[in-house]
Amino acid sequence: MQPEITARGSELSEKESQALVSVFSAYIISATLWLLFATAVGLLLAFKFGAPEFGGGAWLTFGRLRPIHTNATFYGFASIALVGLGYYVAARSSGTKLYSAALAWSGLVLFNVAAIAGSFALDLGYIDGDLEYREWPWWIRLIFLAAVVVTAWNLIATVARRSGKDIYLSNWYIIGGTMWAAIISIVGIVPWYQYGLGQVAVSGFYMHNAVGMWFTPLALGIIYYSLPKLLNRPIYSYSLGIFAFWTNLLFYPIIGAHHFEFSPLPWWLQTIAIVFSVAMLVPVWGGSSNFLLTLRGRIRDLIHSYPLMFIFVGVMSYLIGSTQGTLEAFRSLQEVWHLTAFTVGHSHLTMYGIIAFVIWGGVYGLLPLATGKQAGQLGMALHFWMALVGCFIYVTSLSIGGTIQGLDWIHGLPFIQSVIDMQTYYLWRGVGGLLMFSSHLVFGWNVWRMCYGPGVVPSPQQSLRAEESVA
Amino acid sequence: MNKLVLIAGGSTLLYACLAWTMGVWPGIELSKIPAGPGVVPLTALQSQGREVYVASGCSYCHTQQVRPLDEDKVFGRPSAPGDFAYQTPELLGSERTGPDLTNIGARQPSSVWQYIHLYNPRAVVPDSIMPSFNWMFDVVEQVPAGATAVPLPKKYAPVYGVVMPTRRAEALIAYLAALKQPALSTAAEPGGELSTAATISANTPSSDGNDASRGNALYTANCSACHQASGEGLPGAFPPLKGNDVINDDDPTTHIRAVLRGVHDTRVGGVVYSSAMPPFAATLNDAEIAAIIDYERSSWGNHGKAVVAAQVATERANSK
Repeated sequence: MQPEITARGSELSEKESQALVSVFSAYIISATLWLLFATAVGLLLAFKFGAPEFGGGAWLTFGRLRPIHTNATFYGFASIALVGLGYYVAARSSGTKLYSAALAWSGLVLFNVAAIAGSFALDLGYIDGDLEYREWPWWIRLIFLAAVVVTAWNLIATVARRSGKDIYLSNWYIIGGTMWAAIISIVGIVPWYQYGLGQVAVSGFYMHNAVGMWFTPLALGIIYYSLPKLLNRPIYSYSLGIFAFWTNLLFYPIIGAHHFEFSPLPWWLQTIAIVFSVAMLVPVWGGSSNFLLTLRGRIRDLIHSYPLMFIFVGVMSYLIGSTQGTLEAFRSLQEVWHLTAFTVGHSHLTMYGIIAFVIWGGVYGLLPLATGKQAGQLGMALHFWMALVGCFIYVTSLSIGGTIQGLDWIHGLPFIQSVIDMQTYYLWRGVGGLLMFSSHLVFGWNVWRMCYGPGVVPSPQQSLRAEESVA
Repeated sequence: MNKLVLIAGGSTLLYACLAWTMGVWPGIELSKIPAGPGVVPLTALQSQGREVYVASGCSYCHTQQVRPLDEDKVFGRPSAPGDFAYQTPELLGSERTGPDLTNIGARQPSSVWQYIHLYNPRAVVPDSIMPSFNWMFDVVEQVPAGATAVPLPKKYAPVYGVVMPTRRAEALIAYLAALKQPALSTAAEPGGELSTAATISANTPSSDGNDASRGNALYTANCSACHQASGEGLPGAFPPLKGNDVINDDDPTTHIRAVLRGVHDTRVGGVVYSSAMPPFAATLNDAEIAAIIDYERSSWGNHGKAVVAAQVATERANSK
């Protein structure tokens, strides 16, 4: 299927193709800037655990910077990067041009206006509540919603112009995720059912669905396109991908309340969330085995291609991180891990290990196809290894530290003992964070080269069959 | 086109139904839960304080939910649905980098302590990693008439001038003082705000309370925030236990009473300390209180006569 799609893609006029390339590059550049900003803030936060007086005053206080870090990562970096990749994948896999470059540009402006206004608002103390991932004042979240609606419209209209009859699997995930994101945003904004404990229920729904019904589907859509493209081989099972799509849609929205286990939320709501957290193993294992089986027998290609390595880490994180999520939902394990730093490790294993790595794999794999310019091998190598080792240190230290923290509480030690015991692990988290942030600086350089660089002649090793077929 | 309608429209419709079932509908139902007995709305000043709490992102490190687990008993009774009636936006939180604050108004009633701690947490808790909120205070040359400055230890005080809380800090501390769990049912023991106290006693085997390390741990958890690990207290804010006449008195009655019922406006070494000490009768059992008292009587050069749990029990019975 893939070669045919590629053939259709090359029939497009030069000008239309150029519009898509500009949109794609602009989204990736914008997302890269947000990544640098958000993780610089993250690094500062990590160091505050060891040096609480570092960076004083209202504007740099921990409680204001923390939501700035998470929201800028979510709605600046990840959202903009995934939408940029989504446009490219939707247009190319449908063998058509982008429906409207103007819509795509206005979407980019809206995403950026929302993220800039949101970051400033939070730093000035204008916050709608310490409600994870929806702290921005509601009118700023309306701007973000507008950006999502514009994106959904543009994506659907693009796929509607496809040259073939079938809709490629990637577009199921990308269009689905965008439409669901609009619903999630609306549920989070409307105030009438958000009083007291009612708002807790909405928080449980929102915080988990924002992650799993917006970022994950788009990232999966990117994998379903990039992996076959880079390997020049079809996905192992198309039907398994569709099966994972529907099961994910059915199970995922139900598991949010597992963030509030042992809280005063109704016990049945928590239990249903736990049951469906186990059911989530079906789409997770289905999806990851589909990707791994697509890679079967092609280890040599894998280890010689950084784009593929990034995606491979993303797939493994999807498998490990989501399975960990299921385990964490069990009440016996929640008793130890809930409210500890373990959760922070888990959220970085997933948002960073899955989403960021898939984004990077997609950018390194697809952006050169669009611009005709390569990032250097050394640059990609530095980015890959610093990000991987940094993330490993980060997640490992918080997982071990979080477990000790939880056991300290269970053993009835004075609370301050858990703070003292975490010090070593907070320090290692900072070391991991520093490596992660450094890798992002290299990524910035690589993006620059892929967009404005001189254009490197691909070395024999990195010249993958997929690239030849495009040329 | 039909297939596109199925994927985009069908999946969106399905998702909208699920979002209704798991997000909106529970929201509608749970928003109707009435306030529990004794749960009252905040005053204007306390509400302002809650806004400061939200805008400063306090709940990224402090939860306000006590779980029905043994480990959470130190924070109060398990949270009930009726506790949250007036809590919008909700502040349950997802991380306990610092302790839970559901019942902090009862656990730490001293506003003097709260002001010092807010200005610089390390002034009272040396190992704390909470940021300083000194930007919620003004440094002025002279204490305005009728006001009281924050009695900071010298090491943490500014070189010149005195520290006065701003309106923002006053509101925040008023809010923290208002965070008190009302008793769940009228059947709870009078005066005992923690219905779980009985459970703790039942779970803990009674001992003579001579275990020094246990006494040390209990002291660290319950007393050292004010009286400090050194037993020296904070000059002008919290009285010293080191060399304290009550602690070294062979008759332990006053000492036991102070721990059981709390004290305020107490005079130690010729200085009057106005900040209130909370009662521990409801949170600690007889053996635990005896362990703390013995630790205090045998540390920092103190030489008071040791007590046993039975003496605490007698004193507890006397106070009823």
